[in-house]
Amino acid sequence: MDYFAQQLINGLVLGSVYGLIAIGYTMVYGIVGMINFAHGDIFMIGGFIAMISFLVLVSLGLTAVPVILLLVLLVSMAITALYGWTVERIAYRPLRHSFRLAPMLSAIGMSFVLSNFSQVAQGARVKPVAPIITGGYTLHESGGGFAVRLSNIQIVVVLTTIVLLLLFTWIVTRTRLGRDMRACEQDQTMAALLGVDVDRTISMTFVIGAALAAVAGMMYLLYYGLVDFFMGFVAGIKAFTAAVLGGIGSLPGAMLGGLAIGLIETMWSAYFSVEYKDVAAFSILIVVLIFMPTGLLGRPEIEKV
Amino acid sequence: MTAAAPDKSPATRAPGIPYILKKALISAAVALVLFSLMIGIRTEAGPTGQLIYWTRFGELFSLVAAVFGGSIVIELARQWLGPPGTRQLIPSSVQSGLAFAGQFAAPALLIFALLVPVIFYNQRYILDLSILVLTYVMLGWGLNVVVGLAGLLDLGYVAFYAVGAYSYALLATSFGWSFWVCLPLAGILASLWGVMLGFPVLRLRGDYLAIVTLAFGEIIRLVIINWASLTGGPNGVSGIPRPTLFGIPLTPGEDGLAAKLGIPFSPTHRIVFLFYIILALALLTNWVTIRLRRLPIGRAWEALREDEVACRALGINTTTTKLTAFATGAMFGGFAGAFFATRQGFISPESFTFQESALVLAIVVLGGMGSQLGVALAAIAMIGGFELFRGLEQYRMLVFGVAMVLLMIWRPRGLIGHRAPTVYLKQAQAISSDLVKEGHG
Amino acid sequence: MSEPIPDTILAVDHLSMRFGGIVAVNDLSFVAGTRQITALIGPNGAGKTTVFNCITGFYKPTGGRLRLTREGAAEIALERLNDFRISKQAKVARTFQNIRLFPGMTALENLMVAQHNALMLASGFTFLGLIGVPSYRAAEKRAIDLSKFWLQRIGLLDRADDAAGNLPYGDQRRLEIARAMCTEPALLCLDEPAAGLNARESASLSELLLSIRNEQGTSILLIEHDMSVVMEISDHVVVMDYGVKIAEGSPQHVRDDPKVIAAYLGADEEEAIAVMESGT
Repeated sequence: MDYFAQQLINGLVLGSVYGLIAIGYTMVYGIVGMINFAHGDIFMIGGFIAMISFLVLVSLGLTAVPVILLLVLLVSMAITALYGWTVERIAYRPLRHSFRLAPMLSAIGMSFVLSNFSQVAQGARVKPVAPIITGGYTLHESGGGFAVRLSNIQIVVVLTTIVLLLLFTWIVTRTRLGRDMRACEQDQTMAALLGVDVDRTISMTFVIGAALAAVAGMMYLLYYGLVDFFMGFVAGIKAFTAAVLGGIGSLPGAMLGGLAIGLIETMWSAYFSVEYKDVAAFSILIVVLIFMPTGLLGRPEIEKV
Repeated sequence: MTAAAPDKSPATRAPGIPYILKKALISAAVALVLFSLMIGIRTEAGPTGQLIYWTRFGELFSLVAAVFGGSIVIELARQWLGPPGTRQLIPSSVQSGLAFAGQFAAPALLIFALLVPVIFYNQRYILDLSILVLTYVMLGWGLNVVVGLAGLLDLGYVAFYAVGAYSYALLATSFGWSFWVCLPLAGILASLWGVMLGFPVLRLRGDYLAIVTLAFGEIIRLVIINWASLTGGPNGVSGIPRPTLFGIPLTPGEDGLAAKLGIPFSPTHRIVFLFYIILALALLTNWVTIRLRRLPIGRAWEALREDEVACRALGINTTTTKLTAFATGAMFGGFAGAFFATRQGFISPESFTFQESALVLAIVVLGGMGSQLGVALAAIAMIGGFELFRGLEQYRMLVFGVAMVLLMIWRPRGLIGHRAPTVYLKQAQAISSDLVKEGHG
Repeated sequence: MSEPIPDTILAVDHLSMRFGGIVAVNDLSFVAGTRQITALIGPNGAGKTTVFNCITGFYKPTGGRLRLTREGAAEIALERLNDFRISKQAKVARTFQNIRLFPGMTALENLMVAQHNALMLASGFTFLGLIGVPSYRAAEKRAIDLSKFWLQRIGLLDRADDAAGNLPYGDQRRLEIARAMCTEPALLCLDEPAAGLNARESASLSELLLSIRNEQGTSILLIEHDMSVVMEISDHVVVMDYGVKIAEGSPQHVRDDPKVIAAYLGADEEEAIAVMESGT
């Protein structure tokens, strides 16, 4: 039972990270109807930026952990958001009215550019980072010697996710930008005719998605203590699975899907086999798309002839 | 006195120097922020396992300067070119000359291909390269059936390649069957996998179909890596036998082909033999595809790409049509995989990554979907281009990614801008690719 | 004739179609006569295309029955067939409100695609065709001949090798009809075939549809807004509004029906009768 509880905690934490990435996928798909293949690599860039910022700040002499964390969070969100903006500007905007395969191939190309850019820029080896946040709480100790631990870093991840989710939901439902985003999702032409700056709204969608992915990257770095240039690919597919599972276009769905995928992956590794955990995640994607293409919270589409 | 009309309306006045400088400055500023940490600081795992770093500000600033300069160049070029279509880069006389020559491109290429081993007999490097190019040409033609003709977005083509390769490798090493026996089996197994894969997913459209096929491709690779007892895991399968000519091996010994023919043995013989095998396989793929295009099934594939709903209204079973496209493309991928295994003598899961699928897809799209000649030219260009980066391994994929983005922006419909009809009463008129749909899967 | 021709080719019985909470078609019943032209008319949003989509297998009706009775064939329940089988087995063909040709293929190719099923059989599901047996080549020639026949009928024989996407709008409409006829259907369903056509083109369309009825003996069901076409060629008219049938009968009868006038004017019945009686 304790083992299960621990996996539950681990799964939810991992799921929060996936959920943050998934939001970026679902938002972009909702507004421009494309799968942003480069989004997973934006997550990876976010992790790298976080790692480098940590290093620099620590070596500059800062010791207060909360201050470091906050600075790193802001810096990596800002810079990664700029990456997201640049990718959209260069690779997607010129192709917005082109046929479907063009933005997809462009996105795949961008994905290769980002992952190889970080490989070239920072070397191909995995970068380990010493744990920044240590310690935790023992929740339950059973006689068998196994203790259910909730580490501080796990608390940080979940809290950050919740705060960001609340902030973000506020943006989408209460601000002008959020309203513009929802209008563009429904009907771009009409939104433009009503004075919405469609280009800017779409850019902001990518920017917000990238910022959230940066947070996910930073959380991943804190949690697992390492980044490598290839982590975006697999994480990206899993996060997209989460977005589809939750219902593409639905934000609470993306988070829900993320938690589900995190749990499934953790449970599968714990109880079945660790080697095939990625296979499990990919298989879920296939099963969901075949049997439940609108996901848990999505809206069904009726084909008009 | 009539009022003089302004001699330049705002729309036609070219943006001046300040505008260009402003744009360049913004680009440079963005580049500075983007590269500040990623390039300015270089991290590495230090000797004690701790992370260390050093600064590379020199490289950072030269990159930013390059972006600044490049931005100016691009702006100037854009102004000089004008709105798309106003300035003809290639004079029309050259264009019509090219169009005339284009008719002979395919036969000329074929004759050249047949003569490559003769011309380059002593240049092992060129022979190897041309074998590689032909392999990708065949893969491109195979995927062209799925993506170019039927309009199904397949991002997992490498899975069929892998199934073909591993089928041959395992059958040959376990049962000792010859290449020629295993080749059709590899194709059959690959197309069976194509049908199994296709059946549940073919009702998906567009992007969803793409990502599901990607997931399948990755699953195949992961299963290959982890099912070590069957596939040898990350170590792969080695000792894969080479093909024989009617049972006669191409070895230096007494029973080798050289001895039988009474000529001195040379390792080049085997390379030449392999070259002609892949050339034959590729030509087979080409011939079958061209014939299928003229048969009802090929026409149904193209109609599917144009408008699936209309196909259903005409009584076409779109599910089986999609499945046959998948199975056919898979079969050719399987043949190519078997050839790959026999050429290398050794295969491992590293050869079957998503990057391969993306590369073949890029070849098909660059070629101008559906055009056989276009795909061949695109394969030559891409693989040839790859080879130019032999020395700069780490930059290869980076440049490939950039090339993909640039190609999509510049020529999203590919090199060959038209489609040839499969049946005509009087004259086959090429249909501009603006009219041809790209399919949604 | 060994068997009498059945009177009705299509009997729509209490058809209904719901989308979630919206009832698009509510308890609709009418018949379409064999070798007759039946028109389905009504204001926009009345549910006409929904009915079409139910008949041609694009939607699964929520309730009711669609009975198709072809000469010399058993009765078919269309509501149980779906997708491509309606065209293939039940021999019901259709055209679309927004033309759905294959724009990147030539006019001739479009018509050849329509004959897919016959050609597939003749090609031995491709295998015989791949080898090039004479029986397939003969079948292909027959298909080309049928395509030429229809191209001639619609006046596009000299444009057979042009891309369908390049044809003028009126020609595209007619090509879509010709393509549907190449499937040799028993029932041809046309969704607003006269949309966007000028007076001359509409007249030529009417002529084409009448000749299809008379010479091919195909029954026609059409949705149409162009009243001149409807009045000129229909044998039978069904009027819908808000998903229900409000009138049915001969064209003249329906034209004078106050309910129909009210529906089109957006007024109510009393006002329509008042207008009619006042002679304005």
